[in-house]
Amino acid sequence: MRSRRDRAGAAATAVVAACLGYLGFRFLQWGVVHAHWALPPGAASSLCRASRGQGACWAVVHERFRFILLGAYPYEQQWRPALACLLFVALYAASAVRACWRPWLLGLWIGVPAVAVLLLRGGWLGLAAVPSDAWGGLPLTFLLSTVGFAAAIPPAVGLALGRRSRMPAIRVLSIAYIELLRGVPLITFLFMAALMFPLFVPQGLAVANVLRAQVAFVMVIAAYLAEVVRAGLQAVPAGQYEAAASMGLRYWPATLLVVLPQALRIMIPALVNTFIAFFKDTSLVAVIGLFDLLGAAKAVIVDPQWVGFGVEVYLFVAAVYFAFCYAVSRYTHHLETALAAGGRR
Amino acid sequence: MSGCSGVGVPGASATAAGARTPTGGAAASTLDGVRRKGYVHCGVSTGVAGFSATDARGNWRGLDVDVCRAIAAAVLGDASKVRYTPLTAAQRFTALQSGEIDVLSRNTTITFQRDVQLGIEFPAANWYDGTGFIVHKALGVKAVEELDGATICLIPGTTNQLDVTDYFRKHHLAFTPVVIERLDEATSAFFAGRCDAFAQDRSNLASVRARAPIPDAEVILPQVISKAPYGPGVMPNDVRWMEIVRWSVFAMIDAEELGLSSRTIDRALASDDPNLQRFLGTTGGFGAMLGVDSGWAYRIVKQVGSYGESFDRNLRPLGLDRGVNRLWSDGGILYAPDLR
Amino acid sequence: MRALAWQAGAVALVLALLVVLVVQTAANLRLRGLASGFGFLGRATGFEISASPLAYSPRDSYARALAVGLLNTVRVALLAIVLATALGLVLGIARLSRVRIVATLARAYVEVVRNTPLLLQLLFWYSLSQALPGPRDALRPLPGVFLCIRGLHLPGLAWHGGTRWLVAAAGALAIVVGLLRGISRRQRDRAGRALPTARLAAGAAAVLLVGAIAAGHPAVTLDRPALMRFGFEGGMSLTPEFAALLIGLSTNTAAFIGEIVRGGILAVDRGQTEAAAALGMSRARVLRLVVLPQALRVALPPTTTQYLNLTKNSSLAVAIGYPDLMSIADTTLNQTGQAVEVIALVMTVYLALSLVIALLMSAAEP
Repeated sequence: MRSRRDRAGAAATAVVAACLGYLGFRFLQWGVVHAHWALPPGAASSLCRASRGQGACWAVVHERFRFILLGAYPYEQQWRPALACLLFVALYAASAVRACWRPWLLGLWIGVPAVAVLLLRGGWLGLAAVPSDAWGGLPLTFLLSTVGFAAAIPPAVGLALGRRSRMPAIRVLSIAYIELLRGVPLITFLFMAALMFPLFVPQGLAVANVLRAQVAFVMVIAAYLAEVVRAGLQAVPAGQYEAAASMGLRYWPATLLVVLPQALRIMIPALVNTFIAFFKDTSLVAVIGLFDLLGAAKAVIVDPQWVGFGVEVYLFVAAVYFAFCYAVSRYTHHLETALAAGGRR
Repeated sequence: MSGCSGVGVPGASATAAGARTPTGGAAASTLDGVRRKGYVHCGVSTGVAGFSATDARGNWRGLDVDVCRAIAAAVLGDASKVRYTPLTAAQRFTALQSGEIDVLSRNTTITFQRDVQLGIEFPAANWYDGTGFIVHKALGVKAVEELDGATICLIPGTTNQLDVTDYFRKHHLAFTPVVIERLDEATSAFFAGRCDAFAQDRSNLASVRARAPIPDAEVILPQVISKAPYGPGVMPNDVRWMEIVRWSVFAMIDAEELGLSSRTIDRALASDDPNLQRFLGTTGGFGAMLGVDSGWAYRIVKQVGSYGESFDRNLRPLGLDRGVNRLWSDGGILYAPDLR
Repeated sequence: MRALAWQAGAVALVLALLVVLVVQTAANLRLRGLASGFGFLGRATGFEISASPLAYSPRDSYARALAVGLLNTVRVALLAIVLATALGLVLGIARLSRVRIVATLARAYVEVVRNTPLLLQLLFWYSLSQALPGPRDALRPLPGVFLCIRGLHLPGLAWHGGTRWLVAAAGALAIVVGLLRGISRRQRDRAGRALPTARLAAGAAAVLLVGAIAAGHPAVTLDRPALMRFGFEGGMSLTPEFAALLIGLSTNTAAFIGEIVRGGILAVDRGQTEAAAALGMSRARVLRLVVLPQALRVALPPTTTQYLNLTKNSSLAVAIGYPDLMSIADTTLNQTGQAVEVIALVMTVYLALSLVIALLMSAAEP
């Protein structure tokens, strides 16, 4: 009995390995052996075009990777968006170290995006001013997701508390907001921000496209985060409220000082998951014409010179997204086990 | 009221601006808004060679871009004080209606519905065009009627889309539309072979073909199936602004008829031809009537150039013929009222 | 008393915000001379739609065009839900396979899909289709099947007549299957052995099909795609836009459903598996009869969330040119200029869709 099962397993392994090996071989042939890594100076993309189907054309990534990663930012000023990227990565790295889970980390989540915006905008200390229409690539992706996330936390806490409130009017309002924004595709809000925003505000108030998309993201992320916070609040034992009340604490001090800090600890993994989800969803701004990482990639392959090499460009961009999101999701996984172990002790 | 007269041309001060608000003081006028911002906010295309596209250094260039620059030269005294917002065909009217942009100068065809139903005003036409087709040469298609059953790439919300639909219905032909919103994406889909033909304004087809991986593999059909006058669009709530846009376009056309160009205009300042004197603002005080200063038309020609210069700079290099877009005096249909 | 004051304050604040917004928007609309109201819905669109399950021509109204878009959305969402569920089930089981390489492969798939943006995946599938050869050099994966940049062309069956008999046969089959299940359940309860339901049902289906064909004499012709001057005509075809959207949505959601299924299986008590194995059931039967029914109960609520997400995500069709509700709304908005009305309409429809799915799924819950 046992041995028959093992033999079946071995046979399955062999079959799958053979298929994988074949596919892997074909992919290597296409992606490495017959691939064009860079064009010789002066050569055109026709070199790649000649071997289409046989070999990948990584030359398109080689030629345009600065545009994909940094967008249409003025070429000689590109150290600024690059530095902004480094700042964001440092922020994420610091947030991953548990020794840094102190109140000043919250300050960092406000400070780093602010510095990044100043850096991108310029107009001070001799830095040339660059309008936000020219921002793009990875810094824009980092900016939209980080600011969207950080700015959504306060309204999300308010909405979560509102949804759990004993006052019916406040509960209904919170539920209406949360369900409305979660029930409708994100892209409708982006369209709204891109096309209709000026109809809602007094005439003559010009708001940059980037800022509009940012506002739409904050509003939507707040609704999704509210549900995360609510789950966190629910996980705090009712005894904690009662204990706080018996100490004479009123609602707000009890919530802010006793319940929320405990809930926050419980919901950290869910918070990080929401962050990854929206980090990926910032790519939707490509649809309304902003040049984030994906938008810039789209712009590269409509260049007639590179028509038809979308697969190569998208694989490169996918690798960038994957590297970031996979690292963060592995981290959450590790955190979940660590926190669970901590809770058991 | 800052930053109006930038060039040292003699004339009345621009304080007359806004004194007579045509809308009856319903809201802050566009002109005041533009002066306060310090730039003209101009909606352009996402890249149509010759009309509005960025060059290698990121500067906007084109016949439509020159309209924006002319307005800025007239109103702010500096043709470079323009902020460009690239808009897709679908975004353009909403951006204008919502007040995001001051003027839409984006190869936009003037139609009844856009004028009457969308409530957009087209103060002047600056280019006469029509819908044509580019086809893969290998198909051997010589006329539009042979496209029965073909797959055609279209951009949603363009008059091309409606023209093709009408033309095929009229001639009892069938086609499959492939609708792609951005011009560059539609162009690349056509090159990739997603469609048999691509319907576009005739003036754009030459640059589409020039951008093909193999230009000789594509052919432009000789037929033009519609007429499409282009013009800048503004909102109807501000008559004064409409007049500024209209006369900025007319000034460029009139300048060509008067024989003025950016290089020769300083010589004309000394002329005693009354037509030239009115144009240059040395007599007549027309600038004040328009709400700008008297050097407005001078600056348009000095900084942007005449219509002919704009054409030579932007469209002639694409291999485009002026065709009907010649002056009426040269046998074309370009006909602008005089400054009188 | 304090609670009342708080609530009154909150309601007043929200109302005030809404009023300011509405007044401001109305003023802006009036100031710019913009039309408002839903009168535009009755006007003719003048544009063609590339794929339409309804009869549609450019002479039809915007309302009809939007209905076409809605049907296209529903069509792609339903198909993608079915495909994603099937693939997700396979993935969830494969993740727990004892065969190491299968489990690793499933895990790699799930990680890659979950850690890259959906829009990127859609664009990737679409660009893959754009790298295919033209109709003249179309690939022929199977005889009569053509794959090219214009899409996938398959031979189709054209039925002429006899439809009534087929419908009747399908109805009869449904009744037979229902009876079989009932009998089988009773048999199992009484005798401990179930009937081979699947085999019996397949037999009944074959008999009924033959009967319907014999009775109705339908003329069935094979409609093969043929290469004409402008690509293929005839047969069935899938446009690259539809295919990219369908593949993208279903492969993406499958990864999420796979994780849910895996979690559900892990949540089933190990004792259950061991007890079933002790009764001498094979692994496959244990999985099918003991583990999955319990796992699916756990998995149903989070799967509902995935179905909702999939439906909302189908709006990304606008990025690759499939005429779904969002794309048609986009064109409508641009031609009529009535952004507020169109966006409000689209939001209401998506909310209603979400509500319908949530209700259906809660009805399906045991």
